[in-house]
Amino acid sequence: MQKIMVCIKRVIDYNVRVRVKPDGTGVVTEGVKMSINPFDEIALEEALRLREQGAAAEVIAVSLGPDDTQQQLRTALAMGADRAILVRHDAPADPATAAAAFMALVRKEGAELVLLGKQAIDDDACQTGQRLAALWDRPQASAASRVEVVGESLRVTREVDAGLEVNEIDLPGVVTVDLRLNEPRYVKLPDIMKAKKKPLDVTDLAALGVALDEPVTVLKWDPPPQRTKGIMVKDAAELVSALKQKGLV
Amino acid sequence: MSRILVIAEHSAGKLNPSTAKVVACARAIGGEIEVVVLAADGASVAAQCAALEGVTRVLQVDHPANEHPLAAVLAPQIAGLAEGVSHLLGPSTTFGRDLMPRVAALIGAPQLSEVMAVESPRRFRRPVYAGNAVVTVEVAEGRQVVCTVRTASFEAVGSAAAHAAVEQRSVEFSPPAHTRFVSVSAPASDRPDLQTAARVVSGGRALGSAEKFQLIYSLADKLGAAVGASRAAVDAGYAPNELQVGQTGKIISPALYVAVGISGAIQHVTGMKDSGVIVAINKDAEAPIFEIADYGLVGDLFSLLPEIENLLAG
Repeated sequence: MQKIMVCIKRVIDYNVRVRVKPDGTGVVTEGVKMSINPFDEIALEEALRLREQGAAAEVIAVSLGPDDTQQQLRTALAMGADRAILVRHDAPADPATAAAAFMALVRKEGAELVLLGKQAIDDDACQTGQRLAALWDRPQASAASRVEVVGESLRVTREVDAGLEVNEIDLPGVVTVDLRLNEPRYVKLPDIMKAKKKPLDVTDLAALGVALDEPVTVLKWDPPPQRTKGIMVKDAAELVSALKQKGLV
Repeated sequence: MSRILVIAEHSAGKLNPSTAKVVACARAIGGEIEVVVLAADGASVAAQCAALEGVTRVLQVDHPANEHPLAAVLAPQIAGLAEGVSHLLGPSTTFGRDLMPRVAALIGAPQLSEVMAVESPRRFRRPVYAGNAVVTVEVAEGRQVVCTVRTASFEAVGSAAAHAAVEQRSVEFSPPAHTRFVSVSAPASDRPDLQTAARVVSGGRALGSAEKFQLIYSLADKLGAAVGASRAAVDAGYAPNELQVGQTGKIISPALYVAVGISGAIQHVTGMKDSGVIVAINKDAEAPIFEIADYGLVGDLFSLLPEIENLLAG
Protein backbone atom coordinates (compact mmCIF):
# COMPACT_ATOMS: atom_id res chain seq x y z
CA MET A 1 0.00 0.00 0.00
CA GLN A 2 1.12 3.55 -0.57
CA LYS A 3 -0.28 5.61 2.27
CA ILE A 4 -1.17 4.91 5.88
CA MET A 5 -3.01 7.62 7.77
CA VAL A 6 -2.72 7.67 11.56
CA CYS A 7 -5.24 9.72 13.53
CA ILE A 8 -3.96 11.11 16.80
CA LYS A 9 -5.68 13.06 19.55
CA ARG A 10 -4.19 15.53 21.98
CA VAL A 11 -5.24 14.51 25.50
CA ILE A 12 -4.24 15.10 29.10
CA ASP A 13 -1.19 12.90 29.72
CA TYR A 14 -2.12 9.52 31.14
CA ASN A 15 0.09 10.08 34.20
CA VAL A 16 -1.88 13.16 35.28
CA ARG A 17 -4.52 12.67 37.94
CA VAL A 18 -7.53 14.33 36.31
CA ARG A 19 -9.67 16.55 38.55
CA VAL A 20 -13.07 18.09 37.95
CA LYS A 21 -13.20 21.89 38.33
CA PRO A 22 -15.06 22.99 41.46
CA ASP A 23 -17.64 24.87 39.33
CA GLY A 24 -18.49 21.70 37.37
CA THR A 25 -17.67 23.16 33.94
CA GLY A 26 -14.97 20.67 32.99
CA VAL A 27 -11.70 19.26 34.20
CA VAL A 28 -8.61 21.18 35.27
CA THR A 29 -6.34 21.68 32.25
CA GLU A 30 -4.29 24.72 33.31
CA GLY A 31 -0.63 23.78 33.65
CA VAL A 32 -1.42 20.14 32.89
CA LYS A 33 0.85 18.09 30.62
CA MET A 34 -0.71 17.17 27.27
CA SER A 35 0.33 14.19 25.16
CA ILE A 36 -0.64 12.00 22.23
CA ASN A 37 -3.44 9.64 23.27
CA PRO A 38 -1.45 6.50 24.23
CA PHE A 39 -3.54 4.22 21.99
CA ASP A 40 -2.89 6.52 19.03
CA GLU A 41 0.83 6.39 19.78
CA ILE A 42 0.64 2.59 19.42
CA ALA A 43 -1.23 3.05 16.13
CA LEU A 44 1.54 5.33 14.89
CA GLU A 45 4.21 2.84 15.95
CA GLU A 46 2.43 0.10 14.00
CA ALA A 47 2.24 2.30 10.90
CA LEU A 48 5.96 3.06 11.15
CA ARG A 49 6.78 -0.65 11.46
CA LEU A 50 4.65 -1.44 8.41
CA ARG A 51 6.53 1.23 6.45
CA GLU A 52 9.88 -0.09 7.70
CA GLN A 53 8.91 -3.60 6.58
CA GLY A 54 8.25 -2.20 3.13
CA ALA A 55 4.48 -2.74 3.35
CA ALA A 56 3.75 0.99 2.99
CA ALA A 57 5.48 3.98 1.45
CA GLU A 58 4.26 6.92 3.51
CA VAL A 59 2.85 7.56 6.98
CA ILE A 60 0.72 10.67 7.47
CA ALA A 61 -0.21 11.76 11.00
CA VAL A 62 -3.45 13.72 11.23
CA SER A 63 -5.37 15.32 14.08
CA LEU A 64 -8.44 17.37 14.83
CA GLY A 65 -7.88 19.84 17.63
CA PRO A 66 -6.79 23.29 18.75
CA ASP A 67 -3.68 24.99 17.36
CA ASP A 68 -1.56 23.60 20.22
CA THR A 69 -2.09 20.12 18.75
CA GLN A 70 0.85 20.99 16.48
CA GLN A 71 3.04 19.96 19.46
CA GLN A 72 1.66 16.42 19.38
CA LEU A 73 1.93 16.28 15.59
CA ARG A 74 5.59 17.36 15.87
CA THR A 75 6.11 14.48 18.28
CA ALA A 76 4.50 12.16 15.72
CA LEU A 77 6.88 13.52 13.08
CA ALA A 78 9.81 12.98 15.45
CA MET A 79 8.70 9.37 15.96
CA GLY A 80 8.94 8.95 12.20
CA ALA A 81 5.74 10.08 10.43
CA ASP A 82 6.59 11.58 7.03
CA ARG A 83 4.21 14.52 7.28
CA ALA A 84 1.29 15.80 9.31
CA ILE A 85 -2.03 17.56 8.85
CA LEU A 86 -3.90 19.46 11.56
CA VAL A 87 -7.60 20.15 11.17
CA ARG A 88 -7.86 23.14 13.45
CA HIS A 89 -10.92 23.16 15.69
CA ASP A 90 -10.94 24.92 19.03
CA ALA A 91 -13.90 23.25 20.77
CA PRO A 92 -13.58 19.69 22.04
CA ALA A 93 -14.36 17.51 19.04
CA ASP A 94 -17.01 14.83 19.24
CA PRO A 95 -16.36 11.47 17.54
CA ALA A 96 -18.87 12.14 14.74
CA THR A 97 -17.10 15.36 13.78
CA ALA A 98 -13.69 13.71 14.05
CA ALA A 99 -14.80 10.83 11.81
CA ALA A 100 -16.21 13.24 9.22
CA ALA A 101 -12.98 15.26 9.20
CA PHE A 102 -10.82 12.13 8.84
CA MET A 103 -13.11 10.87 6.08
CA ALA A 104 -12.48 14.08 4.14
CA LEU A 105 -8.72 13.67 4.65
CA VAL A 106 -8.82 10.02 3.56
CA ARG A 107 -10.48 11.03 0.29
CA LYS A 108 -8.10 13.91 -0.24
CA GLU A 109 -4.97 11.90 0.47
CA GLY A 110 -6.08 8.55 -0.91
CA ALA A 111 -5.02 6.60 2.18
CA GLU A 112 -5.47 2.83 1.99
CA LEU A 113 -5.16 2.07 5.69
CA VAL A 114 -6.22 4.21 8.63
CA LEU A 115 -4.78 3.31 12.03
CA LEU A 116 -5.92 4.88 15.30
CA GLY A 117 -6.41 4.05 18.96
CA LYS A 118 -9.42 2.00 20.01
CA GLN A 119 -10.37 4.84 22.34
CA ALA A 120 -9.14 8.21 23.53
CA ILE A 121 -8.40 8.34 27.24
CA ASP A 122 -10.28 11.63 27.69
CA ASP A 123 -13.83 10.97 26.48
CA ASP A 124 -13.46 7.14 26.46
CA ALA A 125 -15.96 7.10 23.59
CA CYS A 126 -14.51 4.26 21.45
CA GLN A 127 -16.29 5.52 18.34
CA THR A 128 -14.10 7.36 15.84
CA GLY A 129 -12.57 4.40 13.98
CA GLN A 130 -15.84 2.52 13.58
CA ARG A 131 -17.63 5.69 12.47
CA LEU A 132 -14.96 6.40 9.89
CA ALA A 133 -15.24 2.84 8.53
CA ALA A 134 -19.02 3.27 8.20
CA LEU A 135 -18.76 6.63 6.39
CA TRP A 136 -16.13 5.10 4.10
CA ASP A 137 -18.22 1.93 3.62
CA ARG A 138 -15.07 -0.08 4.24
CA PRO A 139 -14.07 -2.80 6.76
CA GLN A 140 -13.16 -2.15 10.37
CA ALA A 141 -11.15 -4.22 12.81
CA SER A 142 -11.30 -2.79 16.32
CA ALA A 143 -9.05 -3.42 19.34
CA ALA A 144 -6.23 -5.04 17.38
CA SER A 145 -3.42 -6.82 19.19
CA ARG A 146 -1.78 -8.18 16.02
CA VAL A 147 -1.78 -6.96 12.42
CA GLU A 148 -0.35 -9.00 9.52
CA VAL A 149 -0.33 -7.98 5.87
CA VAL A 150 -1.56 -10.80 3.61
CA GLY A 151 -1.50 -9.57 0.00
CA GLU A 152 -4.19 -6.90 -0.39
CA SER A 153 -5.74 -7.86 2.95
CA LEU A 154 -4.93 -7.66 6.62
CA ARG A 155 -5.26 -10.47 9.09
CA VAL A 156 -6.09 -8.78 12.39
CA THR A 157 -6.19 -10.37 15.83
CA ARG A 158 -8.68 -8.51 17.99
CA GLU A 159 -9.05 -8.47 21.77
CA VAL A 160 -12.67 -9.40 22.50
CA ASP A 161 -14.48 -10.44 25.68
CA ALA A 162 -14.21 -14.12 24.75
CA GLY A 163 -10.47 -13.89 24.17
CA LEU A 164 -8.90 -13.33 20.76
CA GLU A 165 -10.85 -13.08 17.52
CA VAL A 166 -9.18 -13.16 14.11
CA ASN A 167 -10.74 -11.28 11.20
CA GLU A 168 -9.54 -10.81 7.66
CA ILE A 169 -10.26 -7.45 6.06
CA ASP A 170 -9.65 -6.23 2.53
CA LEU A 171 -7.92 -2.89 2.08
CA PRO A 172 -8.72 -0.08 2.16
CA GLY A 173 -9.89 -0.29 5.76
CA VAL A 174 -9.70 0.97 9.33
CA VAL A 175 -7.91 -0.70 12.23
CA THR A 176 -8.21 0.54 15.81
CA VAL A 177 -5.47 -0.68 18.10
CA ASP A 178 -5.26 -2.05 21.62
CA LEU A 179 -2.46 -1.76 24.15
CA ARG A 180 -0.71 -5.04 23.51
CA LEU A 181 -0.09 -4.47 19.80
CA ASN A 182 3.40 -3.03 20.30
CA GLU A 183 5.55 -0.79 22.44
CA PRO A 184 6.09 2.63 20.86
CA ARG A 185 9.66 3.76 20.29
CA TYR A 186 11.30 6.57 22.21
CA VAL A 187 11.98 9.78 20.37
CA LYS A 188 15.66 10.69 20.06
CA LEU A 189 16.95 14.26 20.05
CA PRO A 190 18.21 14.26 16.42
CA ASP A 191 14.76 13.09 15.35
CA ILE A 192 13.17 16.06 17.11
CA MET A 193 15.49 18.35 15.16
CA LYS A 194 14.65 16.58 11.89
CA ALA A 195 10.93 16.74 12.65
CA LYS A 196 11.04 20.54 12.64
CA LYS A 197 11.74 20.43 8.90
CA LYS A 198 8.98 17.98 8.01
CA PRO A 199 5.77 19.36 6.49
CA LEU A 200 2.89 20.12 8.86
CA ASP A 201 -0.14 21.50 7.04
CA VAL A 202 -3.01 23.24 8.81
CA THR A 203 -6.56 23.24 7.51
CA ASP A 204 -10.03 23.45 9.07
CA LEU A 205 -13.46 21.84 8.91
CA ALA A 206 -14.89 24.45 6.54
CA ALA A 207 -12.05 23.94 4.06
CA LEU A 208 -12.73 20.19 4.17
CA GLY A 209 -16.45 20.74 3.65
CA VAL A 210 -17.39 19.25 7.03
CA ALA A 211 -20.48 20.77 8.64
CA LEU A 212 -20.70 20.81 12.43
CA ASP A 213 -23.57 18.80 13.89
CA GLU A 214 -23.44 18.54 17.66
CA PRO A 215 -26.76 17.33 19.05
CA VAL A 216 -25.30 16.41 22.46
CA THR A 217 -24.77 19.08 25.13
CA VAL A 218 -22.76 18.50 28.28
CA LEU A 219 -24.82 19.98 31.13
CA LYS A 220 -22.36 19.43 33.96
CA TRP A 221 -19.28 17.65 35.20
CA ASP A 222 -19.13 15.89 38.53
CA PRO A 223 -16.39 14.08 40.37
CA PRO A 224 -17.11 10.36 40.54
CA PRO A 225 -18.98 8.97 43.54
CA GLN A 226 -16.36 8.06 46.14
CA ARG A 227 -16.17 4.78 47.99
CA THR A 228 -15.47 5.24 51.65
CA LYS A 229 -12.45 3.56 53.11
CA GLY A 230 -13.37 0.40 55.02
CA ILE A 231 -11.60 -1.36 57.84
CA MET A 232 -8.23 -3.06 58.07
CA VAL A 233 -8.37 -6.60 59.41
CA LYS A 234 -5.42 -8.02 61.29
CA ASP A 235 -5.27 -11.52 59.83
CA ALA A 236 -6.83 -14.06 57.51
CA ALA A 237 -9.12 -15.41 60.22
CA GLU A 238 -10.67 -12.00 60.89
CA LEU A 239 -11.18 -11.47 57.15
CA VAL A 240 -12.88 -14.81 56.55
CA SER A 241 -15.09 -14.42 59.60
CA ALA A 242 -16.18 -10.92 58.47
CA LEU A 243 -17.03 -12.23 55.00
CA LYS A 244 -18.90 -15.20 56.46
CA GLN A 245 -20.89 -12.87 58.71
CA LYS A 246 -21.93 -10.84 55.68
CA GLY A 247 -22.93 -14.02 53.85
CA LEU A 248 -20.43 -13.30 51.08
CA VAL A 249 -18.62 -16.64 51.27
CA MET B 1 -43.28 8.09 23.54
CA SER B 2 -39.90 6.50 23.13
CA ARG B 3 -39.42 3.47 20.94
CA ILE B 4 -36.28 1.63 21.93
CA LEU B 5 -34.39 -0.94 19.89
CA VAL B 6 -32.07 -3.18 21.93
CA ILE B 7 -29.43 -5.16 20.03
CA ALA B 8 -29.12 -8.63 21.58
CA GLU B 9 -25.65 -10.06 22.15
CA HIS B 10 -25.43 -13.83 21.87
CA SER B 11 -23.12 -16.66 21.01
CA ALA B 12 -23.68 -20.35 20.25
CA GLY B 13 -27.44 -20.07 20.74
CA LYS B 14 -27.13 -18.44 24.17
CA LEU B 15 -28.18 -14.92 25.04
CA ASN B 16 -25.34 -12.98 26.69
CA PRO B 17 -26.35 -11.80 30.21
CA SER B 18 -25.44 -8.23 29.20
CA THR B 19 -28.68 -8.01 27.19
CA ALA B 20 -30.88 -8.25 30.31
CA LYS B 21 -28.95 -5.29 31.71
CA VAL B 22 -29.39 -3.27 28.54
CA VAL B 23 -33.14 -3.98 28.73
CA ALA B 24 -33.01 -2.62 32.31
CA CYS B 25 -31.54 0.61 30.92
CA ALA B 26 -34.26 0.67 28.25
CA ARG B 27 -36.92 0.34 30.97
CA ALA B 28 -35.36 3.30 32.79
CA ILE B 29 -35.83 5.34 29.59
CA GLY B 30 -39.39 4.05 29.28
CA GLY B 31 -41.46 3.25 26.19
CA GLU B 32 -41.83 0.37 23.76
CA ILE B 33 -38.87 -1.99 23.93
CA GLU B 34 -38.00 -4.11 20.91
CA VAL B 35 -35.10 -6.54 21.04
CA VAL B 36 -33.50 -7.50 17.74
CA VAL B 37 -31.71 -10.82 17.34
CA LEU B 38 -29.39 -11.01 14.32
CA ALA B 39 -28.26 -14.59 13.84
CA ALA B 40 -27.97 -17.40 11.30
CA ASP B 41 -30.78 -19.15 13.17
CA GLY B 42 -32.01 -16.97 16.02
CA ALA B 43 -35.04 -18.93 17.22
CA SER B 44 -33.54 -20.04 20.52
CA VAL B 45 -32.00 -16.65 21.34
CA ALA B 46 -35.22 -14.87 20.35
CA ALA B 47 -37.15 -17.07 22.78
CA GLN B 48 -34.72 -16.14 25.55
CA CYS B 49 -35.18 -12.44 24.73
CA ALA B 50 -38.98 -12.82 24.72
CA ALA B 51 -38.77 -14.07 28.31
CA LEU B 52 -37.12 -10.86 29.58
CA GLU B 53 -39.28 -8.57 31.72
CA GLY B 54 -40.32 -5.36 29.97
CA VAL B 55 -39.75 -6.46 26.38
CA THR B 56 -42.60 -5.45 24.03
CA ARG B 57 -41.57 -7.60 21.08
CA VAL B 58 -38.62 -9.47 19.65
CA LEU B 59 -37.45 -9.08 16.06
CA GLN B 60 -35.71 -12.15 14.69
CA VAL B 61 -33.52 -11.47 11.66
CA ASP B 62 -32.07 -14.70 10.31
CA HIS B 63 -29.37 -14.53 7.64
CA PRO B 64 -26.46 -16.90 6.93
CA ALA B 65 -24.08 -13.90 7.04
CA ASN B 66 -25.06 -13.33 10.69
CA GLU B 67 -23.26 -16.49 11.83
CA HIS B 68 -20.54 -14.34 13.43
CA PRO B 69 -21.01 -10.86 14.92
CA LEU B 70 -19.13 -8.75 12.36
CA ALA B 71 -19.99 -5.06 12.72
CA ALA B 72 -19.73 -4.41 8.97
CA VAL B 73 -22.34 -7.12 8.38
CA LEU B 74 -24.72 -6.36 11.26
CA ALA B 75 -24.71 -2.55 11.22
CA PRO B 76 -26.53 -2.04 7.87
CA GLN B 77 -29.28 -4.46 8.96
CA ILE B 78 -29.78 -2.58 12.22
CA ALA B 79 -29.80 0.73 10.36
CA GLY B 80 -32.53 -0.76 8.18
CA LEU B 81 -34.69 -1.33 11.27
CA ALA B 82 -34.05 2.08 12.82
CA GLU B 83 -36.86 4.07 11.20
CA GLY B 84 -39.21 5.45 13.84
CA VAL B 85 -36.92 4.28 16.63
CA SER B 86 -35.90 6.91 19.21
CA HIS B 87 -33.11 5.02 21.00
CA LEU B 88 -30.81 2.21 19.85
CA LEU B 89 -29.11 0.42 22.74
CA GLY B 90 -26.31 -2.11 22.87
CA PRO B 91 -24.10 -3.39 25.69
CA SER B 92 -20.76 -1.76 26.39
CA THR B 93 -19.02 -5.08 25.81
CA THR B 94 -16.48 -5.55 23.01
CA PHE B 95 -19.45 -6.60 20.84
CA GLY B 96 -21.37 -3.38 21.44
CA ARG B 97 -18.32 -1.12 21.40
CA ASP B 98 -17.39 -2.48 17.98
CA LEU B 99 -20.88 -2.43 16.49
CA MET B 100 -22.85 0.55 17.83
CA PRO B 101 -20.65 3.41 16.52
CA ARG B 102 -20.93 1.90 13.04
CA VAL B 103 -24.71 1.92 13.40
CA ALA B 104 -24.64 5.50 14.74
CA ALA B 105 -22.63 6.70 11.74
CA LEU B 106 -24.94 4.94 9.27
CA ILE B 107 -28.06 6.60 10.68
CA GLY B 108 -26.36 9.94 11.39
CA ALA B 109 -27.01 9.80 15.12
CA PRO B 110 -24.87 10.76 18.12
CA GLN B 111 -23.72 7.99 20.41
CA LEU B 112 -23.42 8.12 24.19
CA SER B 113 -20.86 5.54 25.29
CA GLU B 114 -20.92 3.72 28.65
CA VAL B 115 -24.27 5.11 29.82
CA MET B 116 -24.36 4.60 33.60
CA ALA B 117 -27.61 6.36 34.53
CA VAL B 118 -30.80 7.58 32.85
CA GLU B 119 -32.13 10.92 34.12
CA SER B 120 -34.78 11.32 31.42
CA PRO B 121 -35.29 9.96 27.91
CA ARG B 122 -32.98 12.70 26.67
CA ARG B 123 -30.65 13.11 29.62
CA PHE B 124 -28.00 10.60 30.66
CA ARG B 125 -24.89 10.26 32.79
CA ARG B 126 -21.66 8.66 31.63
CA PRO B 127 -18.08 8.39 32.93
CA VAL B 128 -15.11 10.00 31.19
CA TYR B 129 -11.38 10.17 31.95
CA ALA B 130 -11.29 6.56 33.16
CA GLY B 131 -14.08 7.29 35.62
CA ASN B 132 -12.32 10.31 37.12
CA ALA B 133 -15.27 12.45 36.06
CA VAL B 134 -18.94 11.91 35.28
CA VAL B 135 -20.73 14.04 32.71
CA THR B 136 -24.46 14.68 32.48
CA VAL B 137 -25.38 15.03 28.82
CA GLU B 138 -28.54 15.97 26.94
CA VAL B 139 -29.52 14.95 23.43
CA ALA B 140 -31.41 17.48 21.33
CA GLU B 141 -35.17 16.89 20.89
CA GLY B 142 -36.15 15.01 17.80
CA ARG B 143 -32.77 13.31 17.37
CA GLN B 144 -32.26 9.58 17.43
CA VAL B 145 -29.60 8.48 19.88
CA VAL B 146 -27.39 5.41 20.07
CA CYS B 147 -26.13 4.27 23.48
CA THR B 148 -23.73 1.65 24.70
CA VAL B 149 -24.87 0.70 28.18
CA ARG B 150 -22.37 0.26 30.99
CA THR B 151 -23.62 -3.12 32.15
CA ALA B 152 -22.00 -2.82 35.59
CA SER B 153 -24.40 0.06 36.35
CA PHE B 154 -27.69 -1.79 35.74
CA GLU B 155 -29.36 -4.76 37.44
CA ALA B 156 -30.51 -7.38 34.96
CA VAL B 157 -34.30 -7.51 34.46
CA GLY B 158 -36.06 -10.68 35.60
CA SER B 159 -38.28 -13.00 33.62
CA ALA B 160 -41.60 -11.85 32.22
CA ALA B 161 -44.84 -13.50 33.33
CA ALA B 162 -46.10 -13.51 29.73
CA HIS B 163 -43.57 -13.83 26.95
CA ALA B 164 -43.32 -11.15 24.28
CA ALA B 165 -44.20 -11.98 20.68
CA VAL B 166 -41.40 -12.92 18.30
CA GLU B 167 -41.66 -11.48 14.77
CA GLN B 168 -39.57 -12.70 11.86
CA ARG B 169 -38.08 -9.85 9.87
CA SER B 170 -36.24 -10.05 6.62
CA VAL B 171 -33.85 -7.29 5.71
CA GLU B 172 -32.97 -6.33 2.15
CA PHE B 173 -29.22 -6.54 2.27
CA SER B 174 -26.23 -7.90 0.45
CA PRO B 175 -23.56 -8.86 2.97
CA PRO B 176 -20.19 -7.20 2.36
CA ALA B 177 -17.43 -9.59 1.30
CA HIS B 178 -14.63 -7.32 2.50
CA THR B 179 -14.71 -8.55 6.10
CA ARG B 180 -14.28 -12.23 6.98
CA PHE B 181 -14.43 -14.04 10.27
CA VAL B 182 -11.50 -16.42 10.71
CA SER B 183 -11.57 -17.70 14.28
CA VAL B 184 -12.23 -16.93 17.91
CA SER B 185 -10.47 -18.50 20.87
CA ALA B 186 -12.72 -20.91 22.70
CA PRO B 187 -13.72 -20.14 26.29
CA ALA B 188 -10.77 -21.33 28.35
CA SER B 189 -12.59 -22.85 31.28
CA ASP B 190 -15.86 -23.88 32.86
CA ARG B 191 -15.34 -21.31 35.62
CA PRO B 192 -17.97 -18.60 36.11
CA ASP B 193 -17.92 -15.85 33.49
CA LEU B 194 -15.95 -12.83 34.67
CA GLN B 195 -18.52 -10.33 33.44
CA THR B 196 -21.49 -11.82 35.27
CA ALA B 197 -20.02 -13.68 38.28
CA ALA B 198 -21.25 -12.77 41.75
CA ARG B 199 -17.73 -13.22 43.11
CA VAL B 200 -14.41 -12.40 41.49
CA VAL B 201 -10.84 -13.01 42.66
CA SER B 202 -8.24 -10.93 40.80
CA GLY B 203 -4.47 -11.15 40.86
CA GLY B 204 -1.85 -8.53 40.13
CA ARG B 205 1.80 -8.24 39.32
CA ALA B 206 2.77 -9.30 42.86
CA LEU B 207 1.91 -12.90 41.97
CA GLY B 208 5.25 -12.92 40.14
CA SER B 209 4.68 -15.68 37.57
CA ALA B 210 2.06 -17.59 35.63
CA GLU B 211 2.71 -20.62 37.86
CA LYS B 212 2.10 -18.66 41.04
CA PHE B 213 -0.98 -17.06 39.48
CA GLN B 214 -2.53 -20.52 39.92
CA LEU B 215 -3.02 -19.50 43.57
CA ILE B 216 -5.69 -17.08 42.31
CA TYR B 217 -7.47 -19.86 40.38
CA SER B 218 -7.28 -22.06 43.44
CA LEU B 219 -8.92 -19.49 45.76
CA ALA B 220 -11.47 -18.61 43.07
CA ASP B 221 -12.47 -22.27 42.75
CA LYS B 222 -12.94 -22.48 46.53
CA LEU B 223 -15.26 -19.46 46.36
CA GLY B 224 -17.04 -20.45 43.17
CA ALA B 225 -15.64 -17.19 41.80
CA ALA B 226 -14.48 -15.97 38.40
CA VAL B 227 -10.85 -15.03 37.93
CA GLY B 228 -9.70 -11.53 36.99
CA ALA B 229 -6.33 -9.86 36.57
CA SER B 230 -4.79 -6.40 36.56
CA ARG B 231 -3.28 -5.01 33.38
CA ALA B 232 0.19 -5.45 34.90
CA ALA B 233 -0.46 -9.17 35.41
CA VAL B 234 -1.77 -9.56 31.87
CA ASP B 235 1.10 -7.58 30.34
CA ALA B 236 3.58 -9.72 32.30
CA GLY B 237 1.97 -12.83 30.82
CA TYR B 238 0.64 -14.27 34.11
CA ALA B 239 -2.96 -14.30 32.87
CA PRO B 240 -4.68 -14.13 29.46
CA ASN B 241 -5.99 -10.80 28.18
CA GLU B 242 -9.66 -11.71 28.48
CA LEU B 243 -9.28 -11.70 32.27
CA GLN B 244 -8.20 -8.07 32.40
CA VAL B 245 -10.31 -5.85 34.64
CA GLY B 246 -10.01 -2.10 34.12
CA GLN B 247 -10.52 0.90 31.87
CA THR B 248 -9.23 -0.99 28.86
CA GLY B 249 -10.47 -4.41 29.97
CA LYS B 250 -13.73 -5.48 31.54
CA ILE B 251 -15.83 -3.27 33.79
CA ILE B 252 -17.58 -5.41 36.37
CA SER B 253 -19.65 -5.13 39.54
CA PRO B 254 -19.72 -8.45 41.42
CA ALA B 255 -21.12 -8.71 44.95
CA LEU B 256 -17.63 -9.63 46.17
CA TYR B 257 -14.33 -8.54 44.59
CA VAL B 258 -11.07 -9.82 46.07
CA ALA B 259 -7.98 -7.95 44.82
CA VAL B 260 -4.80 -9.86 45.52
CA GLY B 261 -1.42 -8.23 45.00
CA ILE B 262 -3.00 -5.37 43.07
CA SER B 263 -1.80 -1.87 43.93
CA GLY B 264 -4.95 -0.10 42.76
CA ALA B 265 -3.98 2.02 39.76
CA ILE B 266 -6.91 4.18 38.58
CA GLN B 267 -6.91 2.17 35.36
CA HIS B 268 -7.80 -0.96 37.35
CA VAL B 269 -10.09 0.72 39.88
CA THR B 270 -12.27 2.00 37.02
CA GLY B 271 -13.11 -1.59 36.19
CA MET B 272 -14.17 -2.76 39.67
CA LYS B 273 -15.14 0.14 41.92
CA ASP B 274 -18.87 -0.59 41.58
CA SER B 275 -18.42 -3.98 43.26
CA GLY B 276 -20.55 -4.65 46.32
CA VAL B 277 -17.77 -5.49 48.78
CA ILE B 278 -14.09 -5.04 47.93
CA VAL B 279 -11.39 -7.01 49.73
CA ALA B 280 -7.74 -6.04 49.21
CA ILE B 281 -4.76 -8.17 50.11
CA ASN B 282 -1.39 -6.50 49.60
CA LYS B 283 1.97 -6.44 51.33
CA ASP B 284 2.28 -2.68 50.92
CA ALA B 285 0.14 -0.95 53.56
CA GLU B 286 0.31 2.27 51.51
CA ALA B 287 -1.15 0.72 48.34
CA PRO B 288 -3.99 2.90 46.97
CA ILE B 289 -6.27 -0.13 46.69
CA PHE B 290 -6.82 0.10 50.47
CA GLU B 291 -8.46 3.52 49.99
CA ILE B 292 -11.44 1.88 48.33
CA ALA B 293 -11.43 -1.53 50.03
CA ASP B 294 -14.14 -2.47 52.52
CA TYR B 295 -11.76 -4.97 54.07
CA GLY B 296 -8.00 -4.57 53.83
CA LEU B 297 -5.40 -7.11 54.85
CA VAL B 298 -1.69 -6.29 54.81
CA GLY B 299 0.63 -9.25 54.44
CA ASP B 300 2.36 -11.76 52.24
CA LEU B 301 -0.16 -13.17 49.78
CA PHE B 302 1.77 -16.41 49.39
CA SER B 303 1.14 -17.33 53.01
CA LEU B 304 -2.26 -15.61 53.31
CA LEU B 305 -3.98 -17.27 50.33
CA PRO B 306 -3.45 -20.88 51.50
CA GLU B 307 -4.50 -19.82 54.99
CA ILE B 308 -7.72 -18.24 53.68
CA GLU B 309 -8.47 -21.37 51.67
CA ASN B 310 -8.11 -23.49 54.78
CA LEU B 311 -10.35 -21.18 56.78
CA LEU B 312 -13.00 -21.29 54.04
CA ALA B 313 -12.93 -25.07 54.09
CA GLY B 314 -13.34 -25.08 57.89
